[in-house]
Amino acid sequence: MDIAHFLDILWLARIPILKGLGFTISISLLAICFGTLLGIFVGLALTYGVRPLRWIVRGYTDFIRGTPVLVLVLASYYVLSTIGLDLSPFQAGVLALAVFCSSHVGEIVRGALQAIPKGQTEAAKAIGLTFPQTFAYVLGPQALRQILPAWVNTAAEMVKASTLLSIIGVAELLLRTQEIISRSFLSLEFYFFAGFLYFIINYAIERFGRYVERKTAIPS
Amino acid sequence: MPNHLLEIRDLHKSYGDVEVLKGVDCTMAQGDVISIIGSSGSGKTTMLRCINMLEEFQGGSISIDGEEIGYETVGGQRRRKKEKEIARQRALTGMAFQQFNLFPHMSAARNVMLGLMKVKKLSKDEARSIAEKWLDRVGLRSRADHFPGQLSGGQQQRVAIARAIAMNPRLMLFDEVTSALDPELVNEVLQVIKSLAQDGMSMLLVTHEMRFAYEVSNRVIFMNQGRIGEEGNPREMFHKPKSERLSEFLKTSSFGER
Repeated sequence: MDIAHFLDILWLARIPILKGLGFTISISLLAICFGTLLGIFVGLALTYGVRPLRWIVRGYTDFIRGTPVLVLVLASYYVLSTIGLDLSPFQAGVLALAVFCSSHVGEIVRGALQAIPKGQTEAAKAIGLTFPQTFAYVLGPQALRQILPAWVNTAAEMVKASTLLSIIGVAELLLRTQEIISRSFLSLEFYFFAGFLYFIINYAIERFGRYVERKTAIPS
Repeated sequence: MPNHLLEIRDLHKSYGDVEVLKGVDCTMAQGDVISIIGSSGSGKTTMLRCINMLEEFQGGSISIDGEEIGYETVGGQRRRKKEKEIARQRALTGMAFQQFNLFPHMSAARNVMLGLMKVKKLSKDEARSIAEKWLDRVGLRSRADHFPGQLSGGQQQRVAIARAIAMNPRLMLFDEVTSALDPELVNEVLQVIKSLAQDGMSMLLVTHEMRFAYEVSNRVIFMNQGRIGEEGNPREMFHKPKSERLSEFLKTSSFGER
């Protein structure tokens, strides 16, 4: 392995790589944000929804969670266009990932809310809090702390799943890397390098999660 | 008819097919301290929980200061009051639970302040000073900024009592508040309750501490299979029980042991 040669090529390819990295980060960020927002609604519906709503949302999460992300990505790009919804590869990819993320976050939220002892709600009721108040001050803050570790996991999964968007031609980090490899033939070096970049992103997410976890820990 | 603080009329409550309360009648005056005793499954806790609508009930009525709790009759139809109204009515009573149920993510003072700020709409400073006053009262002023996880069971229960009573309820409900405590922590909680009773707080206690019930209450209710089996002043109840059931129960209970 010729390090100098690799560094040369890397320097020449810096712009496409940075662009790809930018795409990867923006895809992941959008998918995580939209997926989390939607996921919170999913979780609330699963926990507190009236029965028909709960059934519908349960069907949604079970279906999405049981489907490979790749299938979701392909479906959202190719199938949605047949019903007249023409999305760019980027939009279709973000949509698929956000939907996937929402089903996971939904389950995490539901699990966290249901894990809170019933006595908490009763104590809140007993001092005269309404349900929205109980949720805002008692259940929500406790659920958030429960959710955090699993949510960080899901966020990291989304970054990894963003590589699947290369299949529908989104020029994210993996696709850019492959293009560089096809010109330079330095497959080992560049795959390693791409892997390293993904690792850095996920490591940053994990550190951030740990930091928030520490900051919000309940003294005991 | 004098205006009762609490008036329960023909209270019926079922879980599915199982009838837990089979017509309970009970009245209580301002300043009364009533202990409810009875074997487990007799419906004492359920009765207490109906009073602040933690349980729904299917028949009868409960009123506090003449105000009917939880249900209203509109056009001959009995229906549940609106959630907001029920929330307001729940604040008429304060409740302490067997498992304390403090909010683990808030300091002791915050636990007490929450209801004051969000239900009574007091400012943070007002709420804090009331919280400190009540924490002082239960002997925990110095623990105001500790979290529940940093407190012993007895201390947690005292915070929980302060949280309930700081709301200035008309009536305090105590649901087996010492049952989950280690024996050496029971007394500190009972002392707090006793001192509140001496201040004239009206309260209804479900308890297994017979000696305590005997000392603190001016009336004792013995629940038996969903009905009031016997009631009277503690001296008669404990020393000269009229019913076979009660004397059986007292024999198996801890009365006279300590």
